[in-house]
Amino acid sequence: METLHFRHSTQKAASGSKPMAITGVVASGNLEVLLERVLPPDACEVAIETPVGGYGDVWEAVVADFVARTQPGGLRISINDGGARPDTVSLRLAQGARLMEASA
Amino acid sequence: MTDWRSEKMARDARIEAGRVHAQGKVVRGDAVVDLLEAVLKPGDRICLEGDNQKQADCLARGLAACDPTKIHDLHMVQSGIVLPEHLDVFETGIAKRLDYSYSGPQGGRIAKMLYGGQIELGAVHTYLELFARYFVDLTPNVALIAGVSADRDGNLYTGPNTEDTPTVVEATAFKNGVVIAQVNEIVERVPRVDIPGDRIDFVVEADTPFYVEPLFTRDPAAMTETQILIAMMAIKGIYAEYGVRRLNHGIGFGTAAIELLLPTYAEKLGLKGKIATHWALNPHPTLIPAIESGWVKQVHCFGSEVGMDRYIRERSDVFFTGGDGSLRSNRAFCQTAGLYACDMFIGATLQIDLAGHSSTVTQNRVAGFGGAPNMGSDPHGRRHPSDAWMKAGHEAEIVGDPALMRGRKLVVQLVETFGDKLVPTFVEKLDALELAKKTGLQLAPVMIYGDDVTHIVTEEGIANLLLCRNADEREQAIRGVAGYTEVGRGRDRAMVQHLRERGVIRRPEDLGIEPLDADRSLLAAKSIKDLVHWSGGLYEPPARFRNW
Repeated sequence: METLHFRHSTQKAASGSKPMAITGVVASGNLEVLLERVLPPDACEVAIETPVGGYGDVWEAVVADFVARTQPGGLRISINDGGARPDTVSLRLAQGARLMEASA
Repeated sequence: MTDWRSEKMARDARIEAGRVHAQGKVVRGDAVVDLLEAVLKPGDRICLEGDNQKQADCLARGLAACDPTKIHDLHMVQSGIVLPEHLDVFETGIAKRLDYSYSGPQGGRIAKMLYGGQIELGAVHTYLELFARYFVDLTPNVALIAGVSADRDGNLYTGPNTEDTPTVVEATAFKNGVVIAQVNEIVERVPRVDIPGDRIDFVVEADTPFYVEPLFTRDPAAMTETQILIAMMAIKGIYAEYGVRRLNHGIGFGTAAIELLLPTYAEKLGLKGKIATHWALNPHPTLIPAIESGWVKQVHCFGSEVGMDRYIRERSDVFFTGGDGSLRSNRAFCQTAGLYACDMFIGATLQIDLAGHSSTVTQNRVAGFGGAPNMGSDPHGRRHPSDAWMKAGHEAEIVGDPALMRGRKLVVQLVETFGDKLVPTFVEKLDALELAKKTGLQLAPVMIYGDDVTHIVTEEGIANLLLCRNADEREQAIRGVAGYTEVGRGRDRAMVQHLRERGVIRRPEDLGIEPLDADRSLLAAKSIKDLVHWSGGLYEPPARFRNW
């Protein structure tokens, strides 16, 4: 099990006002993403627990692209990975951000 | 004096030796080994019918059980290496040399045996190429084929899986070879004569019905959102863009997803009747919803598919069928159709390099090619226009006299950037090159050469290689859709952005597609059971796909 942490500053706060959302499942090739609106609006943190070691640079690139595209300011994101491929990770992150767009 | 009939006399002698174990042409199942040991000679060139789907398994078992001191050093020429027995004969020394085309189910073992030097490999061919060589320099001495039934004169009914049989028989029977057919039953009268009896020398009553590999059944339940996204991009960015009516699909999940999106997503885009009407395709169960929704005008098949027989019988407006009602497939003709009469081939692969060369050979699997190198190539002998073909030609050609411009076949690779177990699809160097080096092959087993590929579609976008004007642009266009693989992360971001502005690379958002809309609810069928419902109960899926 490898644990990874990424911290980004954002230009905007994540849209919507939902305090929390969860998407995906912990299954082989899939992942579970928990999003919580608990940080200052210009910060985003992503914590990853993955059973597959050695892909730190790929995770870093996926998270950086997500942050640049979505501007998820204020969100702390926790990922329980089941060995998902990067495209699935991107998709789940985008799905999570969309869920947070709802009003509280 | 030259004897111009020595082959004929040798053939007569073989048949006479075989007759000892037969009643007329009919041979009992338990006499197969005796028959083969009587008819075959060391060093013979043998075509053992291992097709993409249908397998002459009783004869394969018989061959593997022959005494290697009597029968050895055979040269096997066959399209498919599918059954364990197909490789067992190389371990015992019965066979020595191999020329073939496809080895999907035995891909792991054949790789080991190639590296271990147990097989002397001629070449990995595309089907049509191997068939062509049957008539030139790989003509079989003996063909071992499979049919559903035969009469006592040898008239053969192949059933819906005619596949390679007519081609193999043509090459063998008319060039002094011996043809031995295994059948499930001997009957008074066959339902349809697929092969006339005077081309069949022996008919073996098989102990069990021949095995058919359900190779083209893709369970919609296993389709992912990523595959659906890729399918949406292909439909909007390629099928609609070029107006592709005549086409062939590969066997992967990506193209199966496209089939399931025709009656839903493509219908909403108003594309019915404008795309995907005429097919060179096996009877894919996932095409049933599109057929039932009136999308599909005509399908010619290489072979059949397990469970589709009743459905096909009831849809003879769409499929080619015989007087008996069942499907008539023919791999050689369908490959020809795929080459000359289709405007697009779209399929998957395991590795793509920076020039767009692709291969299904990886370090520990040699899956062979099947029909992909044929259908996935631009036929320079084509002389009829179509809108799709001409448009692709225009995009590719910017110099020269426009009046002399010719079209281009669309050859599309549909891949996810990572395969199973996070293995990257995009690589700096194909594993095929390593295989060629280690096994001393003169020609690396490349499935589709980069200069034939027109588009690569991944979850990140579409790269249109027709619009690339030099090798640098091509490399960056490929890197630009290679996602988070090392090849993808090694891109020149500025150049990729420039290619995107020129429309060489198109992202989902450039096509008006929201990745979050790529949802399983778009699939016309979400399970095998749904496909059965669509077919009105006519599709009878094999047991392994019945999970309800």
